[in-house]
Amino acid sequence: MSIFEIMGPAMIGPSSSHTAGAARIGRMAKLLFADKIDRAVVKLHGSFADTAVGHGTDRAIIGGLLGFLPDDQRLRSSFELAETEGMEFSIEEVKLREVHPNTAQIILYNTEKAKKLELVASSIGGGRIEVTEINGSTVELTGRMPTLWILHQDRPGEVGIITSILGSYKINIAFMQVYRNRKGEIGSCIIEMDDQPNQDVITKLENSEDILQVRYLPRI
Amino acid sequence: MEYATIKELVSLAEAAETSIWKIVLQVEAEEEEMTELEIRKSMLANLNVMKEAVEYGRKNNIQTGGGLVGDEALKLEKYLTTAPESEQNNIYNKMITYALATAEVNAGMGKIVAGPTAGASGIVPAVVLAIGEEDNLSDQKLVEALFTAAGLGYVVSRKATLAGAAGGCQAECGVGAAMAAGAAVELRGGSPRMAADAFAVALKNLLGLVCDPVAGLVEVPCVKRNAFAAAHAYTASTMALAGIESVIPADEVIMAMTEIGDQMPTCLKETSRGGLAVTPTALKIKQDL
Repeated sequence: MSIFEIMGPAMIGPSSSHTAGAARIGRMAKLLFADKIDRAVVKLHGSFADTAVGHGTDRAIIGGLLGFLPDDQRLRSSFELAETEGMEFSIEEVKLREVHPNTAQIILYNTEKAKKLELVASSIGGGRIEVTEINGSTVELTGRMPTLWILHQDRPGEVGIITSILGSYKINIAFMQVYRNRKGEIGSCIIEMDDQPNQDVITKLENSEDILQVRYLPRI
Repeated sequence: MEYATIKELVSLAEAAETSIWKIVLQVEAEEEEMTELEIRKSMLANLNVMKEAVEYGRKNNIQTGGGLVGDEALKLEKYLTTAPESEQNNIYNKMITYALATAEVNAGMGKIVAGPTAGASGIVPAVVLAIGEEDNLSDQKLVEALFTAAGLGYVVSRKATLAGAAGGCQAECGVGAAMAAGAAVELRGGSPRMAADAFAVALKNLLGLVCDPVAGLVEVPCVKRNAFAAAHAYTASTMALAGIESVIPADEVIMAMTEIGDQMPTCLKETSRGGLAVTPTALKIKQDL
C-alpha cells in the first residue's frame, strides 16, 4: 500500500466511499463498456440509496460514466453535463441480495450497436471499489493494478496462449481469475499485471484466434 | 527497509539520525519504485489542493448537500478581522478556521485531500498550514510534514481501521489528530520519539469517539469536530515538545483503539441509528431533507 492512500487521494467530497468510490464505479463501468453510452440506468442499494443525494453519490456515478476522475470538479455538475453529451440516465433504488451496503447496479446501452452491459459494483471503503458481477457472471475486479478483461472461447490451451503472449512481452501477472458460465462456450479472464501493456500486446491478443474481446483497464 | 509499527518507524529514524518523514519518503520510493523527487512532487500537489480548499472555505459561504453547515469558517474569519491583534495571530484560531474551511469544502462537494479520510480531511492541513505560516516555513518543509503524517497513518491502516463504519470517529478524527500531532512535532523541531508521543497522547484522548452523523451526512458533528481535533493535535505536540511522554506507547494505543472499535455498538458506527443522529432535532432534519 502507498502512503498516498493515507494522505490522499485528492478528491471531491464529502465521502471517500460514497463520492470518490462512486465516481470510480461509474468510470470503471464506462471503461468496461468502451462505447458511447446512450442510456444509463443506475440502481442504488443500501447506504448508497439511503444517503445518495447528501453525499452526491448519484452525481458521482454519472460523472464517472462521463469519464471523470474522483478529483474532477465537474462531478458536481455531471447531471447537466450528461445532458449536453447526449447520455440519458435514470437513478433508481434497488434491494440486492448478499452485497456490500454501498453497492450500485449499472446497466449501459448503446442503441446503434444494440449493445448492453450490466454490472454490479461496491464501494468497499476509502474510495476503493470492487466490481462483483459483469453480465451475470461473478467477477472480482478492483482496478488497483493495470488489468485486462478478456473474453475467449472456452477450450483447452486458451489461457496458456494468453499468458504466453503476456510473458513474451515481459509482463508479469500478479493475479489472475478465470470464469465461464458453461463448458465450451465463452470464457472470461481477468488478469491483473505489475506492468502496463502497450498497444502491441493488446493488438496481438486481439488478433489471436478464439479471443473475442480484449479490454484494457488502467489503474484507477 | 520497512516498518509495521510506530516503534519500528522511530527506531529506523533514530538509527539513521534523521526524522520520521525521511524514512517514510525512502520506504515509499523503494516500494513504488519511484524517485524521491517524484514522490515529493505528488505530495506537493496534495499540499496545493489543501491550500486551495482552505482559501476557498475561508472566503465563501458553501452550499452543502444537507445545508446544515457552510458558513462557519467565514464567520470565524469575519470575527477575527475585528478582534484584537493577539486573537488574530493566535495559532489556535488560525487552525480552527482552516479546519472548518476544509471540512466545509468537503461537505459541499469541493476538492480536498482525504487524509486519513474525507470526513477528517480538515485536521492535518489546518495544523500543518497554520504552523507553516507562523514559522514562515517553505512548501518543502510542509510536504515533509505530510510524509510524517502519512507514515503514522500508514501504520494505523496496517494494524487497525481508518473507517468510521468499522471503528467509529476515533478511527477518523482521532487518527487524523494523532497524525497531525506527530507532523506538528517534526515541523516544530522535535525528535522522532517526541512525534510518537504526541501521536499517542492525541489518539489516547480521542479513544471511544463515536460516529453518529445527523441524517447520514458528513456535516454534523463532523465539520466542527475537525476544528476541535486540530486544536487537540497542536496541544498534544506542545506537550511532547516539552518532554511529556505517553505512558502507554503509541502501538498499544492503536491496539486499544481497535478493541474499542470492535466493542462499540453498530448504531454508533456511521449508521446514523444512535447518538446525535437520533435526537429529535436530527430526526426532524432527516425527515425534512
